[in-house]
Amino acid sequence: MGDYWAYVVLTAGAAITYFWRGLGIAMAGRLRPNGRVMDWIGCVAYALLAGLISRMIVVPIGPLAETTLTVRLASVAIALAMFLALRRNVLLGVVAGATALVLLSG
Amino acid sequence: MNGCFSESFGSPARAFLGAAREALGAPALVLGASYIGFGSLVRASDMTVAMGLYSTFSGWALPGQVALVELYAVGASLAAIIVAVALTNVRLLPMTLALMPHLRAPGTKRWVYYLAAHLIAVTGWVNAMRRCPELPEEERLPFLFGFSGMLWVVCLVATVAGYYLAGSVPAQVSLGLVFLNPIYFMLVLTADLRDPARLRAMALGAMLGPLFYFVDPDWGLLLTGVVAGTLGWLPKLVRTPSRG
Repeated sequence: MGDYWAYVVLTAGAAITYFWRGLGIAMAGRLRPNGRVMDWIGCVAYALLAGLISRMIVVPIGPLAETTLTVRLASVAIALAMFLALRRNVLLGVVAGATALVLLSG
Repeated sequence: MNGCFSESFGSPARAFLGAAREALGAPALVLGASYIGFGSLVRASDMTVAMGLYSTFSGWALPGQVALVELYAVGASLAAIIVAVALTNVRLLPMTLALMPHLRAPGTKRWVYYLAAHLIAVTGWVNAMRRCPELPEEERLPFLFGFSGMLWVVCLVATVAGYYLAGSVPAQVSLGLVFLNPIYFMLVLTADLRDPARLRAMALGAMLGPLFYFVDPDWGLLLTGVVAGTLGWLPKLVRTPSRG
């Protein structure tokens, strides 16, 4: 198939990805900024992200799939606890969670 | 890093530079680590470093990039890849829609918004959603361009770094790197979410996400967003029936 096929696939992927973003810009002008529809769309966006993150943690694809659910959930709990204990410091919370995962799965 | 930022940067140029500097902290570190993971995935999939760079440059949004490379590596058809990437990235539509009212500034040319759209991805979006409403209108787009533009550059560099680091990082460490991403998203999303409707939507989404993924890996995420988002939003509709 050669290199060119990879670029065809990558370009198609980029086009569909931009399509959603561009459509968002095109549609935004027709919606009232503080209206109900916008409220609903905001809720859908946050729910989608929460669903994606939760899926990444509970049913991971790739290397994380080799760790157990217990280890992943414990690491998430440690990240949250550190985050809250250290005055909502995102960086320290994230580092604590990742370190916990490495140590617990070792 | 969650203090009160209600004051402006002072000028659009300062907003651009200030946002770029802010992005260089935790956001760049976490996203950079994730893209190191992506770079090594590219190499493991027998693709070239130029292909990895092209992917991050043109189709910047990690989950879709990972889906594309994994499917390409197993020889999936173009149609299957397009559907998978479309469903993985459909979240960008409601995200862009929700952010747009907070970006608008009078006198801005339309193409500027279409350019900004390419930079809308989770990390930049979360931060823009938090900061832009409090900034003066003329500093909002510069904030997005500075913050997300810097992240984009970091991701390009990390893609290359990951490609050449692939295999030289111990498996345990790369495990930790992969885990940074979901934890970071979780913390920044919940950091200062005050709207009860969005909070309900997120709690429901977190519960339904894995469940619906088992029901249908392709459509599960979209279904999660619509069902959890709608259920979270409904009580608000009942309580404020007069607002249009």
